[in-house]
Amino acid sequence: MQTVKMVVTGPFSAGKTQFIQSVSEIDVVATERKVSSASERSIKDATTVAMDFGRITVDEDLVLYLFGTPGQKRFDFMWEILSEGMLGFIVMVDSTRPETFREARSILETFRAYAPTPFVVAANKQDKKDAWELEDMRHALRLDAKTKLLPCVATNKTQVKQVLLELLYSILAEMESGK
Amino acid sequence: MALRGNLRDFTITQLLNLINLAQKTGTLVVDGPSEQAHISFRDGKLAYAKIGAEDNSLAAVLHKGNKLNANQYRAIAERSGQMTDKELGLLLINAGYVSQEDILLNLQAYFTDVIRRLFTWVEGFFRFENEMLPPDDRINVKLDLENLIIEGSRQLREWEELQDEIPSLDMALKFTDRPMTNLNLSVEEWRVVKYINPKNTMKQIASAAKLGDMEIRRIVYGLIQAGLVEMVRPLSAHAVPQVNPKMFPTQDKEEQKTLINKLIGRIQKL
Repeated sequence: MQTVKMVVTGPFSAGKTQFIQSVSEIDVVATERKVSSASERSIKDATTVAMDFGRITVDEDLVLYLFGTPGQKRFDFMWEILSEGMLGFIVMVDSTRPETFREARSILETFRAYAPTPFVVAANKQDKKDAWELEDMRHALRLDAKTKLLPCVATNKTQVKQVLLELLYSILAEMESGK
Repeated sequence: MALRGNLRDFTITQLLNLINLAQKTGTLVVDGPSEQAHISFRDGKLAYAKIGAEDNSLAAVLHKGNKLNANQYRAIAERSGQMTDKELGLLLINAGYVSQEDILLNLQAYFTDVIRRLFTWVEGFFRFENEMLPPDDRINVKLDLENLIIEGSRQLREWEELQDEIPSLDMALKFTDRPMTNLNLSVEEWRVVKYINPKNTMKQIASAAKLGDMEIRRIVYGLIQAGLVEMVRPLSAHAVPQVNPKMFPTQDKEEQKTLINKLIGRIQKL
């Protein structure tokens, strides 16, 4: 059985859990991971961290795991661990909460520094009336024109699928360019 | 219990606050990234400060404050011999070069500047030596710490905000397509602009331009806000993105593409 991984990250309450839940064949499990002294950075004693975990079985030989990072900043030491070996990542941003945009930008830059993998940004809650327009969010998040900024409603399976597909297309494009 | 620890756990601002509240007398010794600092206090007030091997003699401080020109500073340095700062100070006052107020104000400004530089130190061991007092041949001041503490708190907030904006200095910079004409940049900003190239990480630029972590972040943040530069992954010897061997269960490129296409097919069917 081969497994591959994608990470869904973003500020607290951006919609990461709902995103994974929309496509996961299992109920999103908030896994408790014990943090050992080998991997922790600033926490003195071993502690447990809750992360979202979803699964999509492709066939009997291949499974895709979706990991949702803990949203709270105090667990940011887990990001580097989660980012290891990922195919790509999705940054969820709550379109109705501009006060979280700076944090989303910071998370994006942190993950970009960890791993040179493709990513997309999902502007969640685009169905809400006070959601920011995508182009305004692009400027606020300081995303360059090449970065995919996708509308998303995390409870809408079709839209969630589209975000995952766009990330996979980006991964494929990068592999093609490496010929 | 000895007052000692690491700046990672206890900031300079917090230390100053403790020293102020406890009205401590003694010297705070801090081991920074590349030099050591000695800050002395009497009854919770700043008395004296020295950083690294920097010349903090009265002549040097007055020269820095433009109270003495380069020739005067050189002459004093050559001829003062074993004269203490106190003796030199009296000499300069009697000769009419400076006033007592000039001396105290310049020393206060210099010592305050040393503490400001310490605010950018985020890592390093410190210890407070109760028995260590300022050198006898130096003039001490008596400066309240409250304003420095407020300034330090503000700098700490700025530092945290800058770290949020630019979390990693391992990223590189490139110019945006916006034309750069008639720019008014400071000397330090020009120094950074000179090195902007996707091959150079911000860490490398900081080292070449002799800037600290906070300074490079502040300058780059300003350039980003102005739309002049953007952060990019540094260009390595390989121009093509490298696939991390851990990403895929197979190293065969065709199999990797097949795997991605399988994932695409599966997700489309959800």
